[in-house]
Amino acid sequence: MSILLKLFLVFSHIGLFNFGGGYAMLSFIQAEVVADRQWMTETEFTDIVAISQMTPGPIGINCATYVGYTAVMNDAEMQVLLADSPHLLQLMGILGSALATFGVLWLPFMVMILVSKLILKYKNSIVQKCIFATLRPAIIGLLASAVLSLMTTANFGDYSQSTLQFVISVIIALVVFVGSKKYHWNPIYSIIGCGVVGLVLYGFIGI
Amino acid sequence: MNDINKRLFLTFIKIGGFTIGGGMAMVPIMESEIVTKNKWLTKEEFLDILAVSQATPGIFAVDMASHIGYKVSGLKGAIISALGNILPSFVIILLIAFFFSAFKDNVWVEAIFKGIRPAVVALIAMPVFSMAKSAKLKMSNLWIPVVSTILIWALGLSPVWIIFGAGFGGYVYGKYLQKTREK
Repeated sequence: MSILLKLFLVFSHIGLFNFGGGYAMLSFIQAEVVADRQWMTETEFTDIVAISQMTPGPIGINCATYVGYTAVMNDAEMQVLLADSPHLLQLMGILGSALATFGVLWLPFMVMILVSKLILKYKNSIVQKCIFATLRPAIIGLLASAVLSLMTTANFGDYSQSTLQFVISVIIALVVFVGSKKYHWNPIYSIIGCGVVGLVLYGFIGI
Repeated sequence: MNDINKRLFLTFIKIGGFTIGGGMAMVPIMESEIVTKNKWLTKEEFLDILAVSQATPGIFAVDMASHIGYKVSGLKGAIISALGNILPSFVIILLIAFFFSAFKDNVWVEAIFKGIRPAVVALIAMPVFSMAKSAKLKMSNLWIPVVSTILIWALGLSPVWIIFGAGFGGYVYGKYLQKTREK
C-alpha cells in the first residue's frame, strides 16, 4: 500500500479519535507515526513539534502537514520509484501533506456539521438552554486553566537563569493585558507589536 | 463566491495566520474578529461553540471555524471557513519544509518568539474576564469555573470530561425543569 494512502488512513483515525486540542494530538501522532510505524526518527519528530509550535495556525494542522511531507520524503518505496526526479518526489511530499491534513479534518468536520444542525434545530428547547447555561461557566474555567498551564518558563523565561527575560516577559504580558482590556487593542496588532519588541530587544540589542 | 463567503474566507485566513501557540491562542483573535468586528455571533453563542468544539473530535480551532461558518452561511460557509483557517498553516509549513530546515534554530526567529509568547498568554487571559459576564457568572454558579480550573490545571483532568460533565449536569437540570413545567 502506498505511503500516500497510509497517511490518509492513519490521519483519518487520529482526527476522529482526538478529543481536546493540539497538544493531545501531538502525542497521538507520535505514537502512530514514530513509535508504531517508524516513518521518521524521534529527532525529526521533535523538530517538527518545535516548528509546529512556532509557526502560525493550529498546532495539530501544522504537525499533520509537516509529518505528511516528511513521511513521503523518507519512504523507501517512493525514493526508489522517483530516484531520477527529485521535483516529482517533492510534489508527492506536498500531496502527502495535503492527504494528512485532509485526513485529520474530514471526519470531525462531518460530526461538527451534524452537531451544528442539532443545535440550531433545538435552539428554543429548555433542555438545550440548561445545557449551555452550565457549559458556559465551565468554559471560563477551561480558559483559566489554559492560562495557568501556559505560565511556564518556556513562555516567560527562567527567573533564576535569565532574570531579565523573565522581567521583560512579565511586563509584555501586563501591557498586552491592560491594553486589550482597557483600550481594546486588536490582538493581531498586539502580536505583531510584541514580535517587533522581541526582535529589537533580543535580536538587535542582544539581551 | 458571494460577499459573505469571501468575507468568511478572508477573516479565517487572518485568524489562522496570526494564531501562534495552538488553538487556545485563536480564541481572543476569533472573539475580536467574529464577535466584536463582524458581529456574526453574540458572546453567548461564541461561548456555546467553544464548548461544543471542545467536546467534539478533531482540531478545536478548525471545529470552531466550521461551526461559525455553518452558522453564518450554511455548508458552503463551513467548508470555506475551515479551509481559510488551515490555509496559512499549510503554506507556511510547506515553505519551511522546502527551504528553511534551519528555521527552528534561527536566532532572529527565536528573538521574535521570545517577545510573542508572553503576549499570547496575556491574550488568552483576556476572554476569561470578558466572557465571564456572558456566562452569567454570579455567586450561585461561581463554583463551576473554579472547580473546573482546579480539576484541569491542578489535577490534570482532560477538558473533554469537564465539558461532558457540565453538559450532562445541564441536561439533567433541564429535564427536571421541563417536567415541573409540564405539571
